[in-house]
Amino acid sequence: MTDATAASATVAAKPVVGRSLWGDAWARLKANKAAMISLYYLILMAVVCIVGPFFVSHQYTTIYPDYVRTAPSFSSYPRPEMIETALSDAVKRMRVDIKEWHQEGSRVSVTVTSSKKVDERNVRYLERSDAFDSVTVDSTSSDGLEMVMSASVKQQYFLFGTDNVGRDLLSRTLMAGRISLAIGLLAGIVAVVIGVVYGATAGFMGGKTDEVMMRIVDVLYSLPFIFFVIMLVVFFGRNFVLMFLAVGAVLWLDMARIVRGQALSIRRQEYVQAAEAMGVSSRGIVRRHVIPNLLGPVVIYMTLLVPQVILLESFLSFLGLGVQEPMTSWGVLISAGAANIGSANWMLLFPAFFLVSTLFALNFIGDGLRDALDPKDR
Amino acid sequence: MSTPETVLAVNDLRVRFRTLDGVVDAVKGINLRVGAGETVAIVGESGSGKSQTMMAAMRLLASNGEATGSVDYRGRNLLTLSKSGLNEVRGRKITMIFQEPMTSLDPLYTIGNQLIEPIQRHRKLGASAAREEALKLLRLVKIPDPERRMKSYPYEMSGGQRQRVMIAMALANDPDILIADEPTTALDVTIQAQILTLLAELQRKLGMAIVFITHDLGIVRRFADRVYVMRQGEVVEEGATEAVFSAPNHAYTKMLLSAEPTGRKAPPSPNAPVLLEGRNVEVVFKIGGGFLAGDPMQLRAVDRINIALKKGQTIGIVGESGSGKSTLGRALLRLLPSEGGVRFENRDISKADRGEMRPLRRELQLVFQDPFGSLSPRMTVGQIITEGLLVHEPSLSRKQRDERACQALEEVGLDPFVRNRYPHEFSGGQRQRIAIARAMILKPKVVVLDEPTSALDRSVQKQIVELLRKLQKDHDLSYLFISHDLAVVRAMADYLIVMKQGKIVEEGMTDAIFDNPREEYTQTLMAAAMDPTKFRLSA
Repeated sequence: MTDATAASATVAAKPVVGRSLWGDAWARLKANKAAMISLYYLILMAVVCIVGPFFVSHQYTTIYPDYVRTAPSFSSYPRPEMIETALSDAVKRMRVDIKEWHQEGSRVSVTVTSSKKVDERNVRYLERSDAFDSVTVDSTSSDGLEMVMSASVKQQYFLFGTDNVGRDLLSRTLMAGRISLAIGLLAGIVAVVIGVVYGATAGFMGGKTDEVMMRIVDVLYSLPFIFFVIMLVVFFGRNFVLMFLAVGAVLWLDMARIVRGQALSIRRQEYVQAAEAMGVSSRGIVRRHVIPNLLGPVVIYMTLLVPQVILLESFLSFLGLGVQEPMTSWGVLISAGAANIGSANWMLLFPAFFLVSTLFALNFIGDGLRDALDPKDR
Repeated sequence: MSTPETVLAVNDLRVRFRTLDGVVDAVKGINLRVGAGETVAIVGESGSGKSQTMMAAMRLLASNGEATGSVDYRGRNLLTLSKSGLNEVRGRKITMIFQEPMTSLDPLYTIGNQLIEPIQRHRKLGASAAREEALKLLRLVKIPDPERRMKSYPYEMSGGQRQRVMIAMALANDPDILIADEPTTALDVTIQAQILTLLAELQRKLGMAIVFITHDLGIVRRFADRVYVMRQGEVVEEGATEAVFSAPNHAYTKMLLSAEPTGRKAPPSPNAPVLLEGRNVEVVFKIGGGFLAGDPMQLRAVDRINIALKKGQTIGIVGESGSGKSTLGRALLRLLPSEGGVRFENRDISKADRGEMRPLRRELQLVFQDPFGSLSPRMTVGQIITEGLLVHEPSLSRKQRDERACQALEEVGLDPFVRNRYPHEFSGGQRQRIAIARAMILKPKVVVLDEPTSALDRSVQKQIVELLRKLQKDHDLSYLFISHDLAVVRAMADYLIVMKQGKIVEEGMTDAIFDNPREEYTQTLMAAAMDPTKFRLSA
């Protein structure tokens, strides 16, 4: 016996590690170029949306009244021809006249005159302008009717342009990406968890339990989705968490049906019968045999579910039932862009590009996963 | 024997598949020749490349496969032929029938539709003429009541009848060559014999060549003029059937020919205690019925059967598919609801529920037919084997379970090093060993073996049979051995039960029944399976 134990002890030290089906699937996925590019793109998109807003110089809430609907550009604002307009706007608010202005490097100096004494506090009008900062009063004439002020021109970049009220579209698009991706992922997970547990239980128990559980699903299916969301909003007010619940609560129904179908077929597999013949309890069978074996289709369905959730959220936000200003999501931005498509098409193009490319990437990954996990269908 | 004109010549055919693990050579440069009107058999075990050879010839390889060399059909190389040229040959002049007649027919169309459509298209006939032609074909393959069968759907027919329809479809365009890829493997022995007789008759009548792909040497011997023996993508031996069978040259051929399980099991001592006993066991399946559908149809799968399994005994249960032999095995293990009494070690378990059965489960184990389906693909071998221990010996630590898994693997002749691998990395025979290890690790008293060797190659069958006999001797096990394969049953069982339609037709000591079957049904079964001379076809 000691020999045997010694032998098995050495054996226990270094057993061969096998390649699991998941490992195989991963290898096949890696060979799929479209899916891998999509995967990297998606990771990049997530990182950019999460980290990006910290590096963009504008807050997504900041309003620049001087830059309403500014076209996207790599060069900085204000443009030289815009300086005069900005200057005259500010000076007009001081209720004084411009006598002369000139620019030296990045500083602008302006001489203003008035019939009354020029107040020094007038500099704040210049400071309030989005185009200037660090305003100083250089000199005042002895009678006080003339004053020379200088200010440096604030260099601002609006790579994606600005929106209707003059907010930077780049930071808004990235923030919107955070929200849309978070809702997609979290509501997707909510739907998957509820759907898998519910569907696997119904499918495995079978018989009357299954009947009752699936009829409940049918009843929930028959509730109109929008009506359901409006009701939730009325009762609980507009709430970010509510979005997850509303979207997740509707989409788990599909998942439950798919999982139940899978569970029904897995239940008839011989390895489940073998486990039953060994006396394994129902819970053990669901946990060790049913759920691991239906994860393949679930993962595939989830990659298709996430775009669905993002689109649903966009739809709800479009109707005004989703996230609220100043918070934003791709759906909100696109709806605003659609309203301004004639005058400011960039407001539609940038968020739409982000949304569409993300959805494309998710669908390619879903396709790739389907091929990787179920290679015999090819 | 004059050499007939060659219709199909395969020269230096190589088939390779690009997989993630690199290039796999499935066929390594083989030469075959098929003469007009000749029956050629390609024999080999699974993985020998015998099917891939013909799939490559018909350009039906999977998308990651490629074939080089040449396949000449009457001077045309099928491998380089254009799509339209290929379609002139494939499906008309060279046709195929497959192993699985269930999946080769479209379940949504009637037999008539599936027959008429290709006839209309290939021969440019009108609807009624094509219908006549289809009826003629069904008569040719001896389907009873062909008029009515034209309107049947595939699921309404038995496996044998479906295979006849497949043959009718293959014959529709008067082919030169019929490729039959394991056409009888999925069928019962008596049906097998009928289909083979039919093929031989048709060949005599229509004069086409038949390429027969099979692993069953009995069929080859009865049926083929010439034989090619394949192993690992190479032809190791070829020649006239009789010559190869009477004087095999290659060691592999010799091994195949002697692969029939041998030996007999001695009966247990007469005063051995009865372990598992069934009295008037009855299993009734309800089909259909429901709230509005009226009373369900009742199917008596097992009809009042008495059985007593003694310690150390092996009872063989034979019968064709649908005879209720698997159902009986499961009913005795209380995996199916049944009527009548079941006693285990003199304790009535016929009314025990799941919870009461649980402690007994370790004594009563089950091994399945399909080693591919009975192992969960997402668990490692170690996890699969030790799952029973989680239930029955929950106090064991992970390390102790691991040690028990190693012992169990060693006992079934597998290297314990492999216990962290997954089932798909093993061959069929190895998987069946894993399934046996899973049953043995619990140290059971009774094991129900439900066709444990049917999905395996002959040479592997022999090893499994020997393993099972050794385990029985070592642990004084009692087996209930369910099989349709009489050769295996003869080597395993000391007592035999022959079942038909849920009833016992005949029972007795194995050798007594084999030497002197009393009932007609048993005689047919024996004749179809055992006696090659009686079914010698190509005369």
